[in-house]
Amino acid sequence: MDVGYFLKLLLSGLTRGSIYALIALGYTMVYGIIKLINFAHGELYMLGAFTGLIVASLMSYSGINPVLSLIVATIIAIIYSSAYGVAIEKIAYKPLRKSQRLSALISAIGVSMFLQNFVLLFQTSDFLSFPNLIPTFKFLKPVENYLSSAQVLIYICTALFLIGFTILVKFTKTGKAMRATSQDSKMAQLLGISINKVISFTFLIGSAAAAIGGVLISSQVGQINFYIGFIVGIKAFVAAVLGGIGSLAGAVLGSFVLGLVESFGTGYISSNYEDLFAFVVLIVILTFKPAGLLGKSEKQKV
Amino acid sequence: MSNKVLEINNLLMQFGGLKAVNDVSLDVHKSEITALIGPNGAGKTTFFNCLTGVYTPTSGDINIIPPGKKPIRANGKKPNKVTELGLARTFQNIRLFQEMTVLENVMIGRHAVTKANIFNAIINGKSTREEEQKIIHDSYEILKKLDLHTFSNEFASNLPYGAQRLLEIARALATEPFLLLLDEPAAGMNPQETISLIGTIEKLKAEHDLSILLIEHDMHLVMNLSDRCYVMDYGKLIAKGTPNAIANNPVVIKAYLGEDF
Amino acid sequence: MMNRVEILKKSAINAVIGILLTFPITVIKVNTIDQEITWRWYMMGLVGAVVLIISFFWIRQQERQNSGSTFKFNESKLGLKYHSIMSKPGVTKSVLGSAVLLIVLIPFITTPYTTSIITSALIYIILGLGLNIVVGLGGLLNLGYAAFFGVGAYTYAILNMNFGVGFWLALPLGGIASALFGAIVGLPVLRLKGDYLAIVTLGFGEMTRIFTENSDKLTRGASGIANIPKPTFFGHAFGYFGSTRYIYLIAVALVIIIIFIVWRMENSRVGRSWVAMREDDIACESMGIDLTQSKMTLFIISSAIAGVAGVLFAAKNTFINPQSFTVWESIMILCIVVLGGKGSVRGVILGALILILLPEYLRAFQQYRMLIFGFLLIVMMVFRPGGIIQNVRKIYKIEGEPTNE
Ligand SMILES: Nc1ncnc2c1ncn2[C@@H]1O[C@H](COP(=O)(O)OP(=O)(O)OP(=O)(O)O)[C@@H](O)[C@H]1O
Ligand SMILES: [Mg+2]
Repeated sequence: MDVGYFLKLLLSGLTRGSIYALIALGYTMVYGIIKLINFAHGELYMLGAFTGLIVASLMSYSGINPVLSLIVATIIAIIYSSAYGVAIEKIAYKPLRKSQRLSALISAIGVSMFLQNFVLLFQTSDFLSFPNLIPTFKFLKPVENYLSSAQVLIYICTALFLIGFTILVKFTKTGKAMRATSQDSKMAQLLGISINKVISFTFLIGSAAAAIGGVLISSQVGQINFYIGFIVGIKAFVAAVLGGIGSLAGAVLGSFVLGLVESFGTGYISSNYEDLFAFVVLIVILTFKPAGLLGKSEKQKV
Repeated sequence: MSNKVLEINNLLMQFGGLKAVNDVSLDVHKSEITALIGPNGAGKTTFFNCLTGVYTPTSGDINIIPPGKKPIRANGKKPNKVTELGLARTFQNIRLFQEMTVLENVMIGRHAVTKANIFNAIINGKSTREEEQKIIHDSYEILKKLDLHTFSNEFASNLPYGAQRLLEIARALATEPFLLLLDEPAAGMNPQETISLIGTIEKLKAEHDLSILLIEHDMHLVMNLSDRCYVMDYGKLIAKGTPNAIANNPVVIKAYLGEDF
Repeated sequence: MMNRVEILKKSAINAVIGILLTFPITVIKVNTIDQEITWRWYMMGLVGAVVLIISFFWIRQQERQNSGSTFKFNESKLGLKYHSIMSKPGVTKSVLGSAVLLIVLIPFITTPYTTSIITSALIYIILGLGLNIVVGLGGLLNLGYAAFFGVGAYTYAILNMNFGVGFWLALPLGGIASALFGAIVGLPVLRLKGDYLAIVTLGFGEMTRIFTENSDKLTRGASGIANIPKPTFFGHAFGYFGSTRYIYLIAVALVIIIIFIVWRMENSRVGRSWVAMREDDIACESMGIDLTQSKMTLFIISSAIAGVAGVLFAAKNTFINPQSFTVWESIMILCIVVLGGKGSVRGVILGALILILLPEYLRAFQQYRMLIFGFLLIVMMVFRPGGIIQNVRKIYKIEGEPTNE
């Protein structure tokens, strides 16, 4: 067995997993709180990537330092994606909180279609190349065949985000309110938690994470178009379901499982089936663990 | 022994660490009304759910004894099978088919005792049409008994609360049970409605030769209706006996302390 | 209740938010090849105006619905009129009769182009009716319906390519193949609930597509199968005009047959039990209905219908490739069902006609059509989540009893 190749696949699987994790968290948080599959969540990742590309291009064409450009682009992408996320919730989901789940899902599909075509119309249907802003880390020279600077950056950012996120959810007041709401939203309301604020905040954080993922992966891959959010979004959702939807740790675990399976699958089986592995894993796991890896299979109270 | 229709021994239902039903044994006798009472969260509804196959009990025995037949062990049977055996229930949190009409709700209840399959439906031959007519007719007759027939073509969701509870009973009755399980049928009813409910239950019991297991908070109803009474608290059976004995039982009074009883 | 000025004020604020929010995407255009930036400042005015107008009507509608008794939609005046006319004896029959006559005449009084588009719409009506059985009646969300459609289409294409099987034999075979596929997928899938079901059906749909794309021998992969023959009439093949009309008439016949079957099922003991399952699965099971069996029946019947539609689709287009059976196709069919009104045959027909014909005849809006479409879905769900045609249940008349209508 070629150890180098294995290592390479492992590391690229971790990269995929990191990006999925950033997006899957948003899915699982929203699901945990309002029980909605936010079908449009992938589009926030796409919007983040586009906003990032626009800002980064603006800055780098005028000769501003690439690292600074990258940081500013990421921050603005985060701000915009979060704003979109919150706005979408207010327009398309909030009025449907009391309706059937199917209605909200259709509304989310509508949002997804709208955003894709919004970007398609006002930008372009072609692939745009993302400026190369990630610095080359000198210390990676010996292992550059296995690991790129971009990958390292993705690991670091994802790790930082996950740590920050864990602290937020575990220890802050807002995080506690979020957890309470996701356990029992009626009870949380009785305890004086403002559901609207919690929901907005959930969308804000989820969208921010998606935007970070969008900018990072785009600067690694080097090009984007309006459709990138859809497939990644679906896979991240698969990851969330794999881990047990509603469970934050599950979303992260599921993402890494999915990333690794995809990486090894394409590496050792065939790259033609890249998009197939996700669903195979999903079906296998759900057959044996219908509530996902870390999901609790709760009996519905009757 | 011979006049039991339901025999439950040492039933246990565990949710994680919580023993919602803990070692409960209970019998229902033919043509009697047995009441199951207890404070909120005592495990009464969970007990029902185990009987009807909604939950699979952790351990214990559930024996259903259809009149004139051998006992059948019903642990782990699916709800539809239990219904076919002749048990029917109502739900505490009303679970009607909201977007169907009142008549249709009862017609669904006739499912268990009718036959037409999908091919019959498409061909719609004579016997299928006759069966369908009979379903409509029988369902309407049941609605009449509960005085709901004037609402036949209304959506179930548009009924007043008390009428929705009655419709639950009508729907259960449509499956032609020999044992009817009622989960808080008087909850949310005003005193007048409750009194009329007592009459209705007695009438139905006589007309359909029913045995009834009844969960209820309303002591007035329990005292008036029940032949025997079981009391649960924190999953355990704490007393059983005649309604009068139960009402004066110090253990029961203690369990209910703080409630307006 | 807000008055107009207040609504206008709020809308103005929304317009400003809208301008800010869409600023990077609408105003700045990056040309990454020439490394040029174009600033389209006029977009701010455009976005502002559009948001202002939409917001105004949006809020007004919301206020109206909040103040009225919104817990149940009343039938519109038009709807009541429709019912009162249709319920007159003989009217339904003559209306239906003349409608069928008109529909049959369409290909002889319009262009082949129109006929062809309407045939597409008819195929989508079939698909809508099929999916409606699962989603509308049974309440099970299937996001991979296009795969069953694809199985039907590929059954015909492959059987024809390899064994020369003709359309008329392929029609039932496509239905059967798809039904079998439905049964196989159904086994693991139907144990799952709600959203899990949705994502797994989506997964199965995508798996089928990817598999089709990659099995070059069987399906000719991504390049698809061409030269699929059009149907013949007792061995007689038609020219271009003739076959367009012929397929149209076959489609009409199939639609009528399927409507008939669906209608018979809906009003039967079994069909009722599906609706009960949608409304409350636990109560349904407690009424003696075997949920697993019900779900399986639903799934198989709806798959079979999709398979038949697939054969028709392959015959009409004479060319198929995996791109016709993507997730978006599934979503499109779902939209037909939801837009028209879940569970209602009339709704599905209306939904299919709107979704297929409107874009065709709105060429002027071609560019914006998907954008508008997405927006319409949201508006529809927010303001009329039950679909255009609301859930109506059959009114039963009981002999010898006064009815209360
Ligand atoms: N599916 C479930 N999962 C976990 N716990 C459950 C479940 N169903 C019931 N319980 C718990 O079991 C206990 C008993 O509940 P149950 O509904 O049976 O009480 P009850 O006697 O019917 O009360 P009430 O009079 O309020 O209806 C409660 O603590 C409840 O939270
Ligand atoms: Mg209870």
